[in-house]
Amino acid sequence: MRKVLQATCLGSIAAFSVGAAVANDELIKMSQNPKDWVQPAGDYANTRYSKLNQITAANVGKLQVAWTFSTGVLRGHEGGPLVIGNMMYVHTPFPNKVYALDLSKDNQIVWKYEPKQDPNVIPVMCCDTVNRGVAYGDGKIFLHQADTTLVALDAKTGKVEWSAKNGDPAKGATGTSAPLVVKDKVLIGISGGEFGVQCHVTAYDIKSGKQAWRAFSSGTDDQLLVDPDKTTDLGKPIGKDSSIKTWQGDQWKIGGGCTWGWLSYDPAVNLVYYGSGNPSTWNPKQRPGDNKWSMTIFARNADDGKAKWVYQMTPHDEWDYDGVNEMILSDQQINGQDRKLLTHFDRNGLGYTLDRITGELLVAEKYDPKVNWTSGVDMNKSSPTYGRPKVLDQYSTEKGGEDKNTKGICPAALGTKDQQPAAYSPDTQLFYVPTNHVCMDYEPFKVSYTAGQPYVGATLSMYPPAGETHMGNFIAWDNKTGKIVWSNKEPFSVWSGALATAGGVVFYGTLEGYLKAVDAKTGKELYKFKTPSGIIGNVNTYEQGGRQYVAVLSGVGGWAGIGLAAGLTDPTDGLGAVGGYAALSNYTALGGTLTVFALPQ
Amino acid sequence: MELLHAPVRLPTNLEDKLLRKFWFAAAAMIFVVSGGTSFAEDAVDPAAVKSEDGKYFDKEGNPTFKVGADGTVDWYTYSGYRRYHSECHVCHGPDGMGSTYAPALTNSLKTMSYGDFVSVVASGRKNVSSSQENVMPALGDNPNVACYMDDLYIYLRARAHDAIGRVRPAKKEDKPEAYTQAENSCMGKK
Repeated sequence: MRKVLQATCLGSIAAFSVGAAVANDELIKMSQNPKDWVQPAGDYANTRYSKLNQITAANVGKLQVAWTFSTGVLRGHEGGPLVIGNMMYVHTPFPNKVYALDLSKDNQIVWKYEPKQDPNVIPVMCCDTVNRGVAYGDGKIFLHQADTTLVALDAKTGKVEWSAKNGDPAKGATGTSAPLVVKDKVLIGISGGEFGVQCHVTAYDIKSGKQAWRAFSSGTDDQLLVDPDKTTDLGKPIGKDSSIKTWQGDQWKIGGGCTWGWLSYDPAVNLVYYGSGNPSTWNPKQRPGDNKWSMTIFARNADDGKAKWVYQMTPHDEWDYDGVNEMILSDQQINGQDRKLLTHFDRNGLGYTLDRITGELLVAEKYDPKVNWTSGVDMNKSSPTYGRPKVLDQYSTEKGGEDKNTKGICPAALGTKDQQPAAYSPDTQLFYVPTNHVCMDYEPFKVSYTAGQPYVGATLSMYPPAGETHMGNFIAWDNKTGKIVWSNKEPFSVWSGALATAGGVVFYGTLEGYLKAVDAKTGKELYKFKTPSGIIGNVNTYEQGGRQYVAVLSGVGGWAGIGLAAGLTDPTDGLGAVGGYAALSNYTALGGTLTVFALPQ
Repeated sequence: MELLHAPVRLPTNLEDKLLRKFWFAAAAMIFVVSGGTSFAEDAVDPAAVKSEDGKYFDKEGNPTFKVGADGTVDWYTYSGYRRYHSECHVCHGPDGMGSTYAPALTNSLKTMSYGDFVSVVASGRKNVSSSQENVMPALGDNPNVACYMDDLYIYLRARAHDAIGRVRPAKKEDKPEAYTQAENSCMGKK
């Protein structure tokens, strides 16, 4: 069976031994094959970097569309396809179809999977019915459906091998994130931070679909999967009841801390890394306390889920700055010393660099100069507020209070960056980050909780920073010094995932629909092409038949599809004058296409 | 009518639960009376002809907005702006302008009657076909919406008739005492 699988699906990969326990080694090896794109984030370290170098800064200007594929769905298309040998696996937003295409046979559809889901899950998805992609492991394709079902499909035939229900949409839980296969398990998070769901990351056995462990973001120590004496926060043990004592009463039960972002993994130390989202509600006055462990970076043992270290970036969140963005792992030198790093571009506008083994905080700097809610993170190890951001009263919605409109906070709730993943190039040691350049007014007010209904509690109004009209930047970032190296303005938020290649090119997509290629060293724009719809997908690359291809999903939507569709409001607008910044709807409409580019033959 | 069945867990007393059930009953009655799911072609003049406790009504007796010459809006319009931008804008976009997956209510409210509005918000809407999957939840069970139904209608009606622009209303009438009482009673506040 494995030989057949190998021949038809996996191309020429070295023979691997039978058994799920080594799915880990198999995946590590596969993810090192630059011809493939085996994991949603490119590799376990979430670098979105490819060693392919057929396309270079010198020739990318000649890039052409090689082929296209319509997904048959019209909603926000996040994520990107997997490529394993000659097979490509394309996923879609709700209804979450999966197509298996044979790249060696004119991209023929070998099989198609379409789950039957109750459409009543749609209104429980706060920010469009997106999906960030499938995962591969042990001969199976794993799909995280909108209704939270995690389904394992035979990669050859698309047949369902097992399925597991991860949450309850009637209570507001849904699924949008991509799974991660680690050793003999599949890991998956869950969504519902705007619905008061007590969120978690769950590991399922890769062969049977049985739950192996589940780690909540808030709750009792048992639920958190922590050791009060061994799990550390900036070097200090977190102690007992570290979560529940930072909430009022039972509020942690509807606490949020959702885990709908990206997962990364370091096989050498067997640690999985991810971040948790906002605490529920958006009204900070209704949930006094630090609300741990929302807005937190977790480092957990992949076998049993036990947390080795944690770090909360935005204690007692007042702005919806979810901490779920990707944790990019890199090995770099700082001050002449080899360090094992974790770099994270948070919604809150700070670019963090940490030691991924110990959880030590090394750098926390603004990656958009307009970020204003904090004057910075206390980096003094002996200070009682070590590791905490200093919140400025003027931009504190807690200080402003209920029913008062706190104005001009930067970044807006959608953050300086949302889920759209950055890329890291070991060649330049720069991070390439798609950012939002948007500020907001935020007015909290009292709300009551109803299971399955939105539990929000704030009025939001978003707009570009004062005196500016552009709403996005694509930047290059030095994570050792915490500095922006170059920055390209974009009229709209850059909501696509970036790709860095050994050819010295960096790719990203824009909300108007352009696939762009820039020079990795200077940021100079080298190529652009307008695809059928706005891009919120993640660019990736693969090789087939000796040619390098670059692929990206187009299909405007996501949170960007809301705020930018009709243009944001000009806060200096006079009484009733028709204002508003350039509307995205002037540039693009709904779509659902995969566009694949290559150099001309 | 699609009703999202969810257990209602709120610290309310029986009286408030009955109030919410009243909304459903009223919505259902108005729904039936107005003849089904088609939009009533409503060319009713939105001008306010009478007021009661800071709330304005058009000549048909439906709630409406009142904008003064200097731009001062009535309390309900202002409150509707806030409630809209908490519960509705995540799908329907800022200022009722629509998104890639939910219609612009500044358009819809040009012709949608009060009765239709209440029934759609309370019981949701499903437009699922081979080319689209747009589903609106039933918000009648959500006091954060159900208690502010009129505020939302009045705000969106004002937007649909260009009576107010896209920004937060700068000047507003005071919050009427009767409003505070009704709000507390509906939301179950002490």
